[in-house]
Amino acid sequence: MKIAILQFPGTNCEYDTQHAFASLGAETQIVWHKAESLPSDTNLLVIAGGFSYGDYLRSGAIAKFSPVMKAVKEYAYKGGNILGICNGFQVLTEAGLLPGALKRNSGLHFISKHHTLKVENSDNIFLKKLQTGDIVNIPIAHHDGNYFIDEAGLADLKANNQILLRYTDKEGNIKNPNGSVSSIAGVCNKSKNIFGLMPHPERAMELILGSDDGIKMLEGFLTS
Amino acid sequence: MKAIINISLKAGVLDSQGKAVHHALDSLHFSGVKDVRVGKQILLELTETDRDKAMSEVTKMCEEILANTVIEDYKIELI
Repeated sequence: MKIAILQFPGTNCEYDTQHAFASLGAETQIVWHKAESLPSDTNLLVIAGGFSYGDYLRSGAIAKFSPVMKAVKEYAYKGGNILGICNGFQVLTEAGLLPGALKRNSGLHFISKHHTLKVENSDNIFLKKLQTGDIVNIPIAHHDGNYFIDEAGLADLKANNQILLRYTDKEGNIKNPNGSVSSIAGVCNKSKNIFGLMPHPERAMELILGSDDGIKMLEGFLTS
Repeated sequence: MKAIINISLKAGVLDSQGKAVHHALDSLHFSGVKDVRVGKQILLELTETDRDKAMSEVTKMCEEILANTVIEDYKIELI
């Protein structure tokens, strides 16, 4: 299992992500944004969190034109698995690889805390180790995590089981920290090979750090 | 030629910054404000001298990068 992790100027979660996947036994490689191709045997491409290009213009807007993104799109269209975490999710929506957009949090503040999430659909490679309805405790750390999609788009997401996770309380009741439409924390594309979420599963790998629920999420990509 | 591009959230997309500014204006007793929308302005200095060509080029820039048309509208003015 070979995992490529993208690094743009301003990315800051690439080493956490590498550490998380390495702790699960995967081989990882960090790929600089100027690379024109991805390692040929890549099984999963991760776009890690951070502030690519200083979040200038809009979060993720400039990264979509990085040289490596052409290879990312080719990889996506061939059906390769992609996971975008936080800024990676913003890059994927800006690049048109995932529907919707991420707006400034409704409370205008940067939010950094653990949050409970409800698994909405587990019939995909990412969340297959979990059951629909499971509650996980995963840190969030973002300023622009307010997911927006119009009504027609939302209906599409629901019809195709593309909503992965919603922000809830411990009992699974909607509890929305950032104003996102339908309390959405993560979505995937129709073909279910491209995944994006604002919460950071790579920061929830050890109980001593508050939660190890991230293991059950990231492991999905590593097991058949 | 210069291009002035005004970018704002689409009607129907909640503008949290606008709401906060509205609230601040209320607190300062500026009571005559019905709604506030906060946007951004981008100024370009162009080498193009033909207005039609400039407009089509700047429109392309807005569609491709300057605005995110999922949530934002843009208006271009050439001077």
